[in-house]
Amino acid sequence: MSERGQQTGLGRAFVRSPKALISATGALVLIAAAYLAPFIAPHTPFELGSFSLMDSELPPAFLPGGDPRFLLGTDMQGRDVFSAILFGTRISLTVGIAAVLFSAAVGTLIGLLAGFRGGLVDAVLMRVADVILSFPTILIALLISGVARTLFPLATSGTAAILVLIFAISINEWTQYARTVRGQTLVEKGLDYVQAARISGVGESAILRRHILPNVLSPVIVIATINLALAVLAEATLSFLGVGMPPTSPSLGTLIRIGNENLFSGIWWVVVFPAAALVLLVLCVNLFGDWLRDALNPRLD
Amino acid sequence: MPSTRASTDPRLVVEGLSVRYRPGAAPAVDGVDITAAAGEIVAIVGESGAGKSSIGAALLDLVDKPGTWHAARATLDGEPIDYRARHTRGRDVSVIFQDPQTALNPLFTVAEQLIQMVGYHEGLSGRAALARAVEMLEAVGIPDPAQRVHQYPHQFSGGMRQRVVIALALACNPRLVIADEPTSALDVSVRGQILDLIAALARERGTAVLLITHDMAAVSRIADTVTVMKAGRVVETAPTEALLNDPQAPYSKMLIAAVPPGDRKIGRFAIPPRDDVAAPAIVAGADLDAWLRAHAGPSVGETVLAVEGVDKIFQLTPGLFGRGRKLFQALDDVSLTVRRGEAFGLVGESGSGKSTLAKIVAGLQTPTKGRVVFGPHALHPASREVEIRDYRRGLQMVFQDPFSSLNRRMRVGEAVAEPIRTAGIDDRHKMRAIVAALFERVGLPAASIDRHPHAFSGGQRQRIALARALAGRPRLLICDEPTSALDVSIQAELLNLLMDLKDDLGLAMLFITHDLPVVRQVADRIGVLERGVLVETGETDTVFDHPAAPYTMKLIDELPHRHMATQGPTP
Repeated sequence: MSERGQQTGLGRAFVRSPKALISATGALVLIAAAYLAPFIAPHTPFELGSFSLMDSELPPAFLPGGDPRFLLGTDMQGRDVFSAILFGTRISLTVGIAAVLFSAAVGTLIGLLAGFRGGLVDAVLMRVADVILSFPTILIALLISGVARTLFPLATSGTAAILVLIFAISINEWTQYARTVRGQTLVEKGLDYVQAARISGVGESAILRRHILPNVLSPVIVIATINLALAVLAEATLSFLGVGMPPTSPSLGTLIRIGNENLFSGIWWVVVFPAAALVLLVLCVNLFGDWLRDALNPRLD
Repeated sequence: MPSTRASTDPRLVVEGLSVRYRPGAAPAVDGVDITAAAGEIVAIVGESGAGKSSIGAALLDLVDKPGTWHAARATLDGEPIDYRARHTRGRDVSVIFQDPQTALNPLFTVAEQLIQMVGYHEGLSGRAALARAVEMLEAVGIPDPAQRVHQYPHQFSGGMRQRVVIALALACNPRLVIADEPTSALDVSVRGQILDLIAALARERGTAVLLITHDMAAVSRIADTVTVMKAGRVVETAPTEALLNDPQAPYSKMLIAAVPPGDRKIGRFAIPPRDDVAAPAIVAGADLDAWLRAHAGPSVGETVLAVEGVDKIFQLTPGLFGRGRKLFQALDDVSLTVRRGEAFGLVGESGSGKSTLAKIVAGLQTPTKGRVVFGPHALHPASREVEIRDYRRGLQMVFQDPFSSLNRRMRVGEAVAEPIRTAGIDDRHKMRAIVAALFERVGLPAASIDRHPHAFSGGQRQRIALARALAGRPRLLICDEPTSALDVSIQAELLNLLMDLKDDLGLAMLFITHDLPVVRQVADRIGVLERGVLVETGETDTVFDHPAAPYTMKLIDELPHRHMATQGPTP
């Protein structure tokens, strides 16, 4: 279908769909809040010196015994839960977005190569993808994170942990992009405009870059949106299991784990609010990705 | 031949028929009147978007929601057509679909499908129903009907399958049959038979037929009356012979003038220019001229392309170590030459290997045996990618499908500039000037080069594809069915343009088509391909007037000479 028609059509469909409007707004608010955390958050949850044990285990501000300084209460060390959620969401999103970008880039490249070259290149790349796909994401991620931690004890520090997580999640996710892009590349490769470019002496890399790549990007964008939600969840799972972000720079998953350990002492707010933030984030992103897929699909021709 | 039948009450009378696909939208059909007598074949012709298929859909009450249709009067033998009655559709009004591949259910035998039809509408069952099914197959000329009735659709060839579809349509002796492009999915060599069959059955059974088609050859072959439509309205209704030979309305005149005659060469089609296409600028910019004529090729008459003993064998199923392989020979020892300033027409049906040959000549595939010599380079079975790139220089191609031949994400000017860029020009201003001049040369406004393909119609896209081909300064232009996806008037314009360009630039052209009348207009010499074998080559007129190969004779026999041979249209 037409490009401009597609864009205006997409815009109109977006404005008309409550699902799209609500989920996109929700996701944008959460993302903005996370990245503006240093400006919005009332406290800095990582500076241990700023905590006071006097403030520990305070319930949310709207409950009896709550302190207006701590909107969603505090944890065992006196850390503000609201601020911790803001910063935690930021870490979760950073890992998720980076993992998606990395796997989309790698997957698209591999898919283009496999589809365009065919033959042995295709066979080898796709068999590798099959092997990886036969393991669950979490299993591979656990393995990688565990191995990385044993080999490089430094990986437990904040930045290194982020890199390990991104890699651990991406190693599985790229296969989806690769398979989809490969299929679409096979279709596009056979179309006349590619033959015309060949006849005109356009080189292979230029055909891939200028002709095929722009035509296979729509499904990549859809998968990337849906996978962002999955990547955030994967990160949360790993951190919950203790192989993700360390408690010194907690992601949402880490916060839930810490809260979970102390759940029986009755301070439920430490686990419920981070969990709610995670659910809300994943739900919004996922719903938006869902809508995007439906909206773009009939036009993928 | 058309004949007037004695019939006091017209079989079908439709007055003031309108169809709208969305409430408030412009009507697809706007106040159309149609009358058909029993046994009469009324052709409804027009180009895409004329609303001719919508008439068929309305008369079958198959206009999809939110579309609506309305007629001041719609009667069969004087009685209003009642679509709430369960037997109206299928028994009173029936339909012959375009594509026999999808019109039959692949999971049921022909007998089961026919029995279901007569069982539902006429309450026949058991032996009686089967007998009717066999009788219908016999009527549509399927040999050995008692056995074949128990076969599945896939066991029939395309033409035979369409006969089964006709049997289904006529099984309950309908009073009206709507035949929507009944032959356009079929091979040329069976189209005539199918049309003749429809006509014979309609006359024998007194069924009125609405033949909805864009194909003037089909019209001239069987229709009694023709209704010409444009933009939802009737332009002209006249007896077939009168309309084909002496059309009255300007639009009908244009339409008839645009139909390539199969029996003679008319040079250029005498059609007036349209609004959406500028007159091709013959005096092009200096940049364009310098660009197009920079390559001095061989002089007119010298051989540009030589195909020498080319075989192409495809491996259908991959066998392990050569065992259990199935091979398909698409081309068998094909040799031909194309000279400068000459158009060589390659004719064949689907599966004849003509597109395979086009791909080999274009260097998109290599031959299994033999070689193709183009200028100083040759294409061998073992040619490497670098050699193929050299070979392709000076060669361009225009493809069949106007929608897949342009990259939908790329501005059309960029697409046309591509061959110029690969030739080493990177001065943007110069490139744009050449591209703009090329657009004008093919009859498109230069200002449209920054748009995307979706902004252009099929005919305009083919012009853009042609501009792109010209940008590569071809000595040989391969045209693979360049007009078969286009309406007839647009086809005529594009063919005129192609012939002008060929003469002006001294191009050598390899023109591939299944359409004999078209090739007669365009080609200087033709070759006929039958299942990968070039059965005949020669001067176009010689081959058409005195075909030597039996296959060529058969193809030419299928041409519609009846109404259009005697005298030329008056444009």
